[in-house]
Amino acid sequence: MPTAPTVTVSQLKEDLTLCLAGEWRTFCLPEIKHKLSTLKLPQESKVVIDLSSVDFLDTASAYLLKKFLKKLKRLKISYKIKEGSPTIMATFHMVNEFTPSPEPRTEQTSRFSLIFLLNFLGKMALDPLKTFLEALSFLGEVTIGIIKILIHPRRLRFITLVDLIHKVGASALPIVGLISFLIGVVLVYQGADQLRRFGAEIFTINLLAVSALRELGILLTAIVVAGRSGSAYTAQLGFMKLNQEIDALHVLGIDPIEVLVVPRILALLIVLPLLTFFADIMALIGGGIATYFLIGVGPDDFAKHLLLSIGKWTFWTGIIKAPVFAFFIGLVACFEGLRVSGGAESVGKHTTQSVVEGIFLVIIFDAAFSILFSVLGI
Amino acid sequence: MDTPVIDINKLCTSIQGKKLHEGLSLNVYRGEILGLVGASGSGKSILLRTILGLNRYDSGSIRIFGIDHRDQKSALSLRHRWGVLFQSGALFSSLSVGDNIRVPMREIGHISETLMRDLTLLKLKIVGLPEDTEAKFPAELSGGMIKRAALARALAIDAELLFLDEPTSGLDPISARRFDLLIKDLQRNLNFTVMMVTHDLDSLFTVCDRVAVLVDQKLVIGTATSLQKHPHPWIREYFQGRRASTLKREVEK
Repeated sequence: MPTAPTVTVSQLKEDLTLCLAGEWRTFCLPEIKHKLSTLKLPQESKVVIDLSSVDFLDTASAYLLKKFLKKLKRLKISYKIKEGSPTIMATFHMVNEFTPSPEPRTEQTSRFSLIFLLNFLGKMALDPLKTFLEALSFLGEVTIGIIKILIHPRRLRFITLVDLIHKVGASALPIVGLISFLIGVVLVYQGADQLRRFGAEIFTINLLAVSALRELGILLTAIVVAGRSGSAYTAQLGFMKLNQEIDALHVLGIDPIEVLVVPRILALLIVLPLLTFFADIMALIGGGIATYFLIGVGPDDFAKHLLLSIGKWTFWTGIIKAPVFAFFIGLVACFEGLRVSGGAESVGKHTTQSVVEGIFLVIIFDAAFSILFSVLGI
Repeated sequence: MDTPVIDINKLCTSIQGKKLHEGLSLNVYRGEILGLVGASGSGKSILLRTILGLNRYDSGSIRIFGIDHRDQKSALSLRHRWGVLFQSGALFSSLSVGDNIRVPMREIGHISETLMRDLTLLKLKIVGLPEDTEAKFPAELSGGMIKRAALARALAIDAELLFLDEPTSGLDPISARRFDLLIKDLQRNLNFTVMMVTHDLDSLFTVCDRVAVLVDQKLVIGTATSLQKHPHPWIREYFQGRRASTLKREVEK
């Protein structure tokens, strides 16, 4: 068991002797600090500090001792040190040598100074602009990458593409299906409740068909995919960037856009329309079952009314949006992934951004499509 | 002789069915610097991880300061008695270098903020980093600086036992030599125990009191000089390579 650090004061003729003993370890720092600071020493006296019975002295306690000696100097107390064992003195001297200079801690520019404010304003204005330009340049690179692949289809990493399609598509089926099914059920419940007041319950099917096929199917699928696969893309590319794998590709003369980004975006382009179709069907099934229990419309009548309620374009207006959403989800995810730098925190930051921006873009483009379709009259 | 700081007895470990250590025994005594050597993939890092309690082992026993770390309660107290320098530093990337060094200090508690800050600067100076490194983040440091900062964190609470995983790899020979001397000096003054995985023959010859070589799932223990004459072909080649190279250097001069 380590012995506790002690300080004993004894008077020998005129000189005071401070006898330090025991093991001076980091664990006992508060105790040591307390003992040293509560010592009462008369001013302008002579003190002998006896280190010879100290069994152990580590750097932290040596530092405290050093500070104590400084304080003595300030109080004009002259002191002599009776040396202890060589290892203890070596530690003491080492700490003496390395003690940080008491120079003023670097002053930070005040948060409210005018220069700081202007600097901050400029940064806030320029940074998003820079990011936007970078994103634009990335869009260009990716477009060229896709065109290159279309011209030379052999250069496409086919196995990677199939693997990605499996990951972002096939394994997303359960969650997309479940969400769409439930949304179909919810739509019918809410719609039937409202339309019952007008005795127009049968139009619940119109409500279901139009909202599921035109908007909800694609929107929900896109949001699920942005959250599920967008974040995965960003985190994966971000880690590869940190691990210098992207640099390794560059050095090998392989274009990371071609081998990493293009297959990912292509996979989403292929998968999202298919997932949307699946989501549409699941929403209709969910809605159909709910109509059966709520309004009592059987499958045959449901199908008949469904066909009457949708136009030529209802289904396609939903599906047509899928590739556009897919492209931008993939683009943003890969862009953010390749912007990762520094450490783990950056991966988290960019993954968050990737999902937020992905979903934001999906909704912006959805609004744009709505305007476009209404202008075109479909 | 007093009880060993690290006491490994008949340790067997296997990873995914592959046996890495079989009946491996090792004693490391207080105040000693032990070097651990072995071919790549021979299980040095796994051994280190197993000693640190990061890996499970099949049979045998590991006691550190007489404590078996499978005993959850007392194992926690071990964490305040050792310092670890991981191969790639393993600095927390979201904390500044100063905060990284303060993490172990905060864990033991009761140290005032100003004192912690002063001690941080002291440790930085001891490992040879400028004071302004304190506010920097690990991502802004070079490889050598990360090693030093990580060493400062390992030394933060003047632990009694230090594990170093390839402390000098990736440093230039002069820095590596200084690093070795620094560890040797600190060890002499503070009398802690060091176990280091290394491939740096200089470290093995100048710093390590004993060297343990991991071959054929077991440890062969000796000093760097005595191992030169060991009959095992791998060990002989490893230690005589240096002789050959120093001889060659002398001839060229």
